[in-house]
Amino acid sequence: MAQYEVTWAGFGGQGIMVAGQLLAYTGIEEGKQVVWIPSYGPEMRGGTAYCTVVVSDSRIGSPIINNPRAACVFNRPSFDKFGPKVRPGGLLLVNSSLITATTDRTDITQILLPANRIAIDAGSPKVTNIVMLGAFVGATGIVSYNHLKETLKVKLGKKKGLLEVNLKVLEEGYNRGKAESKGKLRA
Amino acid sequence: MARILMKGNEAIAEAAIRAGATNYFCYPITPQSEVAEYLVKRMPEVGGVFLQAESEIAVANMILGASCTGKRVFTSSSSPGISLMQEGLSYMAGSQLPCVVLNIVRGGPGLGGILPAQSDYFQAVKGGGHGDYRLLVLAPSTIQEAVDLTMLAFHLADKYRNPVMILGDGMIGQMMEPVEFPDSYSEPELPPKDWAATGASDRDPLIIRSLFLDPTTLEENSIILHKKYEQAKKEEIRFENYKVKPSNKVLIVSYGTMARICQTVIDDLEPEGYSVGLFRPISLFPYPEVALRKEATRKNIESVLVVEMSMGQMVEDVEKAVAGARPVNFFGRTGGIVPTPEEVKDQIKKLIKKKSRRGRPAKKRK
Repeated sequence: MAQYEVTWAGFGGQGIMVAGQLLAYTGIEEGKQVVWIPSYGPEMRGGTAYCTVVVSDSRIGSPIINNPRAACVFNRPSFDKFGPKVRPGGLLLVNSSLITATTDRTDITQILLPANRIAIDAGSPKVTNIVMLGAFVGATGIVSYNHLKETLKVKLGKKKGLLEVNLKVLEEGYNRGKAESKGKLRA
Repeated sequence: MARILMKGNEAIAEAAIRAGATNYFCYPITPQSEVAEYLVKRMPEVGGVFLQAESEIAVANMILGASCTGKRVFTSSSSPGISLMQEGLSYMAGSQLPCVVLNIVRGGPGLGGILPAQSDYFQAVKGGGHGDYRLLVLAPSTIQEAVDLTMLAFHLADKYRNPVMILGDGMIGQMMEPVEFPDSYSEPELPPKDWAATGASDRDPLIIRSLFLDPTTLEENSIILHKKYEQAKKEEIRFENYKVKPSNKVLIVSYGTMARICQTVIDDLEPEGYSVGLFRPISLFPYPEVALRKEATRKNIESVLVVEMSMGQMVEDVEKAVAGARPVNFFGRTGGIVPTPEEVKDQIKKLIKKKSRRGRPAKKRK
């Protein structure tokens, strides 16, 4: 892996920024260079929120990425906006609980994951972002699963009950992402 | 200390604390409000003062007043707020008072927008307010560098008894990167602040002022300031070269966030056979003129390309440094739009194509 970029996108409140930050934290723990960059601009409540994480083995140049290698989209507007931007050969991870559309693109891998459904079944709709995070790492192997688990324990460890749910869905997301990608997306 | 992930605004705020800032005055404005948000919690922990003023004009006068006591003072704002501070900064330079000012630049002019820009270059490096004075200006391109330069800024402010500006942009303020703070803060020794108004119980009263009605005294004061800036030109030049080598055909000159984007451009063009180097000024005043001229006039350099998030401001300093020895071209986007690597690549390809076409001997018609 030289450099990997992933955009996280959805509604404000879906845990988009946190998902990206957890990935960035894990990258640091692995001694990698990381940049986390939020969408920042005029927004309204209920509007879109997105961030991009760059993980690299070496110095990161441009922090602004127009065509990431992966996009994890949590709602329809994000699907429409970022689906076409994924670089050929990349990954589009779709929260199919809220997005019924699928991409026509044949040059990228699309993974449909009912993240809200998995989160609700596990006990809390709040952990939808962790389902997606697990699936992303399962599909791409950008960071190790064990390091990611450690990050969750450190950063989300204050609420013990919620941490359990988080770890549970992280594993489920990870396994599904790994199975769906069939190993072909490993970085 | 371990590397931690921090937002630029927060990392700069922490750096100010580590460098001994004990007085912070502010008025909120996007995209730098996290500095205040961080310091409202952090300042009391070190026994410092956090005060949100009624306006940026008040802020500038508060840092002036606090600086008179010899304490390290800090403020942060973004473009329109910095404009409001100019009177106070001119007074501080005239009174030889140190302070550190962070400008997380947003698009202008006027109230402008909230997205990143570099359109405050002129204001930052050419004085900003009225009178014969300069700010020392440092421009970071990573969060780690923002931390290091913020700490350095407090030292330079005291060394030169002059306001020092950290010139960032919305991207430096908003993005998160790993940073490492030194375990303990140390800096070269500075002379005692015998100019500080600390209470005249055992000495004659001091007067700190920028009002000199006698023209001879005012001229003397301006000459003192001028000598300090000349000293800074000798001692405080900072820049970085990226892939600058003899084979370079084009030299990019760019600073801050824009310089990082140009690094990507250079890396991407390398396998395509384009040899491009980057000269990145870190100190914008004093400007690394001599070093830039040396790199820009290397044998193989055909042209210089200045890339800015503005309509072209630093380009004037580059033209001055290169002094006609090479053609100086400019590319920029502004208003909060950040040039993409693709846009910059196109510019370079055009330049190299144009040059080689011109370099080929014209065919003679028979």
